[in-house]
Amino acid sequence: MSGVLVVVEQRDGAVTRLSLEALAAGQRLAKLLGIDCSAVALGEGIAPVVLGELSGNHLAKVLAVEHPLLRQYTADGLVHALEQVVKHAAPAYVVFPHSYQVRDFAPALATRFGQVLIPDVIAILEGPGGPIFVRQLFQGKLNADYRKTGDGPCFVSVQAGSFRMEALEAGTAPVEAVAIELTPEQIRTTPSAPFRETAQTVDLTSSPVIVSVGRGIREQENIPLVQELADALGAELAASRPICDAGWLPMERQVGSSGETVSPKLYLAVGISGAIQHLVGMRGSKTVIAINKDENAPIFEVADYGVAGDLFEIVPALTKAILAAKG
Amino acid sequence: MKIMVAVKQVPERDAQIVVRADGRWIDESDLSYIVNEPDAYALEEALQLKEALHQAGHAGIEVIAVCAGPERAASTLRDALAKGADRAIHIRADDLAERDTLALAGLLADAVRAESPDLILTGLQSDDLGMGQTGVVLAELLQIPHATLVLRVRVLHDEANPAVLPKRIEVKRELEDGWFQQIEMPLPALLTIQSGGNKLRYATLMGIKKAKSKETRIIAAAAAIVPTTIAPERVYLPEKQKHTEMLKGTAAEIAAQIVDKLKFEVRVL
Repeated sequence: MSGVLVVVEQRDGAVTRLSLEALAAGQRLAKLLGIDCSAVALGEGIAPVVLGELSGNHLAKVLAVEHPLLRQYTADGLVHALEQVVKHAAPAYVVFPHSYQVRDFAPALATRFGQVLIPDVIAILEGPGGPIFVRQLFQGKLNADYRKTGDGPCFVSVQAGSFRMEALEAGTAPVEAVAIELTPEQIRTTPSAPFRETAQTVDLTSSPVIVSVGRGIREQENIPLVQELADALGAELAASRPICDAGWLPMERQVGSSGETVSPKLYLAVGISGAIQHLVGMRGSKTVIAINKDENAPIFEVADYGVAGDLFEIVPALTKAILAAKG
Repeated sequence: MKIMVAVKQVPERDAQIVVRADGRWIDESDLSYIVNEPDAYALEEALQLKEALHQAGHAGIEVIAVCAGPERAASTLRDALAKGADRAIHIRADDLAERDTLALAGLLADAVRAESPDLILTGLQSDDLGMGQTGVVLAELLQIPHATLVLRVRVLHDEANPAVLPKRIEVKRELEDGWFQQIEMPLPALLTIQSGGNKLRYATLMGIKKAKSKETRIIAAAAAIVPTTIAPERVYLPEKQKHTEMLKGTAAEIAAQIVDKLKFEVRVL
């Protein structure tokens, strides 16, 4: 077994940004180990643009896996296909982007090889006995160093924004078609085409100032407190997932991996602890101000200015001060 | 029809997590534990399915909660019974931190096989380890189809024969960026439930009372497999990526400092 194999995803005829970041992570891992890095794309009628985009990188090979049953994503389809590809290419490491799709099938693929996927990796470090994969525990309160301990290929998925696609090393790689066998009976689920629920009434991504609220607000009755702050600032009100789950604000106001990704001039986080799923949606913000009662909350890892204190005292005082400053 | 719900017990959300002296895991001694929130949504979905099937005239729908963990996990199962689960299975294991996802899913798979349920639900991830894969690995071990990030489950009745218990389901799952998808699949199947698809219920006094007479079966976990395929070698507080300036003072003083920053540095006022 040798080499790193990066599984890339495509959307609308292009390689996804997250996949390019995974490719950068794969190149880094290969360099650390002094081994080759290859990429694999799967689908039906993979766009030449996708293969071109991949083969323009410093890679040993670009594997193209085409099959009519891979036209639409199913977990069964990808597990069967990639099981054959991994056996064929025999990589030491298989790297994925940590997308929703990967979360849906990669654990099953790893299981077929008697392995456990190391998911959501935020850094790959050089260790004495091999690479160390860093991931977060307890909603970002702790980091953990993971290492592969068994034999067989090691499966790893990398978190969005943890590796820079700009770090990709250019080159020329040959494209190699890999044939796989797949039958309709192997696919047990019938997916519909993806759909959107309702027309969006708010576009958080275009708002230069966002006030965002999390669990610290405690009750729905307290939401007006942050709404008044948002109004004073002329900001859009956003929230972390639990607030939308509870129905206190509509889902379209959710920031994070399952909601919107925003990069406003100012992101004011109120009562948000800062789980990784939230941070990936807002860490591109120019300035982050966080108010949270727990001084060890991970939101302070990405904040420029932090207030460790009671939001029920600070927010009304801030609203008042802003209104006064605006005259 | 049997619906099994796999739940996990995790430290409560606001717990102060302290790293154990050997740096390999956390100090569990002073922590309070609660049900993993996504698993609470999975239980809720199971209870709502049962109620819907009852209303459609199907009797004998059973919801079974299963949890692997030490003695303290019994309280999480009691809560599940109080909310409406019919019985519980406690896989007694005092060494969960020593087991990887594959080993844990193996324990669950043994308990599930003994029951042969039609549907297995669990949360999409845990609030402690956040590996997000126990459900998918369990489905693979049981060789049944699965779907992840499920918000809603609908049973598909045989139109010609509505009295027969359904053999297929349709689920709504969440994709990225506000997209959704329906997936149809045969039973038995495993679903990992995303939070927010339903509204969590509280246990009623009557439910808590009834729970006392419901069965909790305790089974001993098989010995841990050593070595595991992956292992956390070291857990530690993350280093700061950014220099955060902490603002201090009274609420009014802090507000004045923030306004100052907003005016002269962020320039949004």
